[in-house]
Amino acid sequence: MSAVIDNHAPAHGHDSHDHGDHHGAPHGLMRWVTTTNHKDIGTMYLWFSFIMFLVGGVMALTIRAELFEPGLQIVSPEFFNTMTTYHGLIMVFGAIMPAFVGFANWLIPLMIGAPDMAFPRMNNWSFWLLPPAGILLMSSFLLPGGAAGVGWTMYAPLTSQMGPGMDTTIFAVHLLGMSSIMGSINIITTILNMRAPGMTMMKMPMFVWTWLITAYLLIAVMPVLAGAVTMTLTDRHFGTSFFNAAGGGDPVLYQHIFWFFGHPEVYIIAIPAFGVVSQVIPAFSRKPLFGYASMVYATSSIAILSFIVWAHHMYTVGMPVAGQLYFMYATMLIAVPTGVKVFNWVATMWKGSLTFETPMLFALGFLFLFTLGGFTGLVLSLVPVDVQLQDTYYVVAHFHYVMVAGALFSAFAGVYFWFPKWTGKMYDEKLGKIHFWLTLVFFNMIFFVQHFLGLAGMPRRIPDYNPQFTEFNQISTIGAFGFGLSQLLFLYILLKAIKSGKPAEQKQWDGADTLEWTHLPTPMPYHTFENPPTVK
Amino acid sequence: MPAAGITIANRLMRYKLLAITLIMFGFGFALVPFYDEICRVTGVRELFKANEPVVENTQVDTTRKIALEFDANTQRLGWTFHPLESHVDVHPGQVTQVVYEVRNTQNREITGQAVPSYGPERAGQYFQKLECFCFRQQTLGPGEVRQMPVVFIIDPNMPKDLNTVTLSYTFFEVAGVQKKPG
Repeated sequence: MSAVIDNHAPAHGHDSHDHGDHHGAPHGLMRWVTTTNHKDIGTMYLWFSFIMFLVGGVMALTIRAELFEPGLQIVSPEFFNTMTTYHGLIMVFGAIMPAFVGFANWLIPLMIGAPDMAFPRMNNWSFWLLPPAGILLMSSFLLPGGAAGVGWTMYAPLTSQMGPGMDTTIFAVHLLGMSSIMGSINIITTILNMRAPGMTMMKMPMFVWTWLITAYLLIAVMPVLAGAVTMTLTDRHFGTSFFNAAGGGDPVLYQHIFWFFGHPEVYIIAIPAFGVVSQVIPAFSRKPLFGYASMVYATSSIAILSFIVWAHHMYTVGMPVAGQLYFMYATMLIAVPTGVKVFNWVATMWKGSLTFETPMLFALGFLFLFTLGGFTGLVLSLVPVDVQLQDTYYVVAHFHYVMVAGALFSAFAGVYFWFPKWTGKMYDEKLGKIHFWLTLVFFNMIFFVQHFLGLAGMPRRIPDYNPQFTEFNQISTIGAFGFGLSQLLFLYILLKAIKSGKPAEQKQWDGADTLEWTHLPTPMPYHTFENPPTVK
Repeated sequence: MPAAGITIANRLMRYKLLAITLIMFGFGFALVPFYDEICRVTGVRELFKANEPVVENTQVDTTRKIALEFDANTQRLGWTFHPLESHVDVHPGQVTQVVYEVRNTQNREITGQAVPSYGPERAGQYFQKLECFCFRQQTLGPGEVRQMPVVFIIDPNMPKDLNTVTLSYTFFEVAGVQKKPG
């Protein structure tokens, strides 16, 4: 209701206020429905993503429970397929991406000294498109034919054979795409136009830089995904033949279009995670980020390279050797800027006064495990190896090392890091550390063994397997349930801190040096930086 | 509070970014003719046709020619039974198909089983049958006519002195096969 900047906002209302008037948040449900406050919207994004994380997690546990033993025990193969599909879709579009948009909403205005996002009402809409999209996704389970078991990549020609559950999924992807695009437009405009005086581009905190780059990636590739699923939709219902071979189309074309979106999408998830880690590691090393400028250039290079490597996801579709070689070398090139980033994080810690609070632990977990996931990615970039490992559990292990140990660990680090600032309450450090160690151990229990399964040839997305794979699958399943339960501890830590956490200090972490720590009290007022700070 | 100028700048930025979004949406569709053209120019779709020699059966021994004669008999069975061609010349290693026709002249359903024999007898082991009506019992309804193939390869190791081989089938009635209800 209290649109601070948007000049279309009504000037009058029951809680309208004079500019510069510091007041608290309005109360009641309508506060959340109508809010244009970046902090409220950030909070809603984060809770939404956490709920989706639990939903997607239950799906993952269904998959793992079925794979505890060879043979079919718990679910039918068709339902198993829907589980792998919606686990992927929900975790990518419902959990990880909204989580980092939540961080962006909370932190970007604070870090650059802006009073709010550039388009607060569009911001509200960006968020409120998500719950309908989530409901639409889940409603496909109730439709005749059930939800679409096509894999999160939604490859043709399977997509043209599914029931109406496919259509709801396509519309959900449209909504999620619109939400992301509007969020990105907001983020770019905020960063480029609304920085406080003195906050030059090269003084911006690394998190802001990573989100600027991510937002550009999003507006470049989300429309392409929207196009791909729209083509699928018209193929299904309006007689077109984009991907229908019987009508002169080509199913491989779908893969090319999808991965033109899909590979940058990987970095859309990873780059904000880099940003969070780039704030956390310097804070607990009590040193500025090593090689700030090279971080900016490395991140930009990764973003640019991400547009020209898409076909490494599809080495086995039958492309000429020259094409395979090009995509192989281009993919390996990405290791260079990524290596620069890892080097800089390590160098930031070099001779720092390190302490190991929960956010730092998660950041270090990120650093080790993300790098491991990067190495397996390098292995998979090699055409002759990938031809062997395509669609095996090695690939599953690889992308969970970068998605879970990369993005999710970074999100945990971020939540623990900024939680005291956001809520004014301190979480239980001891429980936080227990959460970290449980998460770390169970994570590796789930996914490390999957490397061996993949190397031995176990295919992904299949509910049954050869009995020789049983032991590793059982280890993985036990790890998965341990991992899932550990996340309930995380929920408990958050609720406990909100209810009875000790008051946090203004600068809870010694080494934190961004504007929200140095310029704003804890707990933060509802409106901040209505008069922009001057950055030296 | 931001000055009005910034708001206008924001709005301008929003239109620019929306334009990029729309362009990229169009770009997704532009990829369709683009890939069509790429595939045409590079010949990707002819990947498995170009520069590939015509597949040949290298096992065919063209230096030899075997005369095959086909014979058909029935044993106390109301069927007429004969090959459509009674004679073919083949090279060893060559996949050959011959067709036999059988007619049930009776007013009842009859099940028969064909049994092959070879002349000379030792030629039999060099007949590699890929498909034969003699692999299973044949049931013909009253007056039914059926054409049945035999697909075979003569083993190139067949002794050189065998130049003419007779393949003979005899159909026997399979007793005790009841007409299935319905």
